[in-house]
Amino acid sequence: MVKINNKKLAKFLGYKAIRLLILLIVIAAISFIMIQLSPIDPVKAYLGQRIVSQEQLAIMGEYWGTNLSLGDRVFGWLSTLASGSMGFSLIYRVPVTEVIMQKFTASFILMAVSWIISAIVGFGLGVLAGAKEGTWIDKAIKTYCYILQSTPTFWIGLVLLMVFSVYLGWFPIGLSVPIGQLSDTVTFWQWLYRLILPAITLSIVGIASITMFTRDKLISVKQSDYVLFAKARGESFWGIIKNHGIRNILLPAITIQFMSFNELFGGTILVEQVFAYPGIGQATVAAGLRSDVPLLLGVVIISTIFVFVGNLIADMIYEYVDPRLRGEDDE
Amino acid sequence: MSDTPWYNRGLFSSLNLRQKTLLTIALTGLLLAVIFISGMMIDANLPTDFSIKMRPPSFDHIFGTDWMGRDMFIRTLKGLSLSIIIGIGASIISSIIATLLAFLASVNKYCDEFVSWLIDLFASIPHILLIMMISIALGKGAFGVIMAVAFSHWVNLTRVLRAEVLQINTSEYVSLSKRFGKGKLWIAKEHILPLVLSQIFVGTLLVFPHAIMHESSVTFLGFGLSPHEPAIGIILSESMTYLAMGAWWLAFFPGLALLIVVLLFDIIGDNLKRLFDPSQANN
Repeated sequence: MVKINNKKLAKFLGYKAIRLLILLIVIAAISFIMIQLSPIDPVKAYLGQRIVSQEQLAIMGEYWGTNLSLGDRVFGWLSTLASGSMGFSLIYRVPVTEVIMQKFTASFILMAVSWIISAIVGFGLGVLAGAKEGTWIDKAIKTYCYILQSTPTFWIGLVLLMVFSVYLGWFPIGLSVPIGQLSDTVTFWQWLYRLILPAITLSIVGIASITMFTRDKLISVKQSDYVLFAKARGESFWGIIKNHGIRNILLPAITIQFMSFNELFGGTILVEQVFAYPGIGQATVAAGLRSDVPLLLGVVIISTIFVFVGNLIADMIYEYVDPRLRGEDDE
Repeated sequence: MSDTPWYNRGLFSSLNLRQKTLLTIALTGLLLAVIFISGMMIDANLPTDFSIKMRPPSFDHIFGTDWMGRDMFIRTLKGLSLSIIIGIGASIISSIIATLLAFLASVNKYCDEFVSWLIDLFASIPHILLIMMISIALGKGAFGVIMAVAFSHWVNLTRVLRAEVLQINTSEYVSLSKRFGKGKLWIAKEHILPLVLSQIFVGTLLVFPHAIMHESSVTFLGFGLSPHEPAIGIILSESMTYLAMGAWWLAFFPGLALLIVVLLFDIIGDNLKRLFDPSQANN
């Protein structure tokens, strides 16, 4: 049973909360300044090739706020942020919080599904490779991971799309909502059906690091004295792997998986772009390409919190769950 | 069954591990040089020939042709050489940043705290998002991408170098040097830099694959090179329009070529690491 020292936990969480707050302020400030420094004119980026008159351009400038001075813009943005709102998305024409909530939920499901798949499959492959170290199974898994680490995420998506959607015709090409249907009327199965390919792509990418980690850990466990002793006691090979190997490496593996939120988020942006999945990634790209500054900043803040939470959970596992790492002051 | 692995039999059996490592580096390097130079020699404005548009791979055009009748093999080569240039620029700049920060961290306690904080800061934003933002801030294009990739990839190397510099700083000969009245700058230049130089070099090479991959990713998303350049990211995002028509070769071969180049750089980096750091060679 996990015994948790409440006082220590509160101190730990308080410290982390202050860190997060400082981090968010700095990141928000830096990102805002970076976007304001950009030589790309947001009005022109939004209009693209369309031709407009001078008066219309002035109205657009007012809507976008490009006629304000830098100081006014920084002040205006900070004051709205302080009041708890992230402003108004310029391209979706609804509050940024609303856009992010809606898009992030869709992405979160995608990320959660592929995160779990890659954890299970990656751990399984890692244990298999580590147990069978040096055999052709190990070599095959190692080569697979090695190649996967050098493969661009979006290309895997494109290849899967080509094979399963275009060639085999099993899945639709892009579009998370069937044509001629409102997004509210999509049934659960239709939606699940469209989730499969993006989720598989994202998991394939995530598998490599967790597999290599598990494999290396298992091999080092196999060289330990207690495994040697277990062998001497006559325990069976898979019994040793199960009782001494997996029990020892499961927790570090879960920790590593929680620390991968950074890559997971990056992968989601690319995968959503390939499969036209209407999540936070697509919103980010649209916001960036069409200079929707409030939305882009909102995404930066949300993704920072997301990555931070992943690392926080990993830290907490280290500090509180792993019985080997619990200090004496916990007793 | 003999215990000797495949590479110890046959043609290369007379070579030792070091010679084999050198041979691998030389061969991979040569291959990359050929790709790079042939890509550089190609004029970016390929002739368009609409009579041969959208041809699947054949002996005339081994990667097929696109919707303007341009040969995909030549476009891919050009794109790869562009990627390699950007990769070189980005990894050199990022290792310069890493080196400077690692030495800054060794100045005093506060500088060290500051560098650690910077590392935490940059590690807490998703990479792709950071690259997108920096690229937007610098107005996209090749310069924007190089800087964006450079400013997001120094983190790992800085961590390694910082630990290394700290370790050297506590060694006996450095404290002896201090007693002799040598300045911090002199110690950094004469004692520390020569020892970490190989690490910096290997670190630069190991950043390379990531740099190329991230460059093509942001270009694919539309935040990198301009659509007129035949970069791999551009080629792949164009190919998405034609995927539904079954033009698989537009996406398959350029991506595969990119994968191979990334793998080759990875192999060179790993082998050089073994060469410079023999204690790790058995891992």
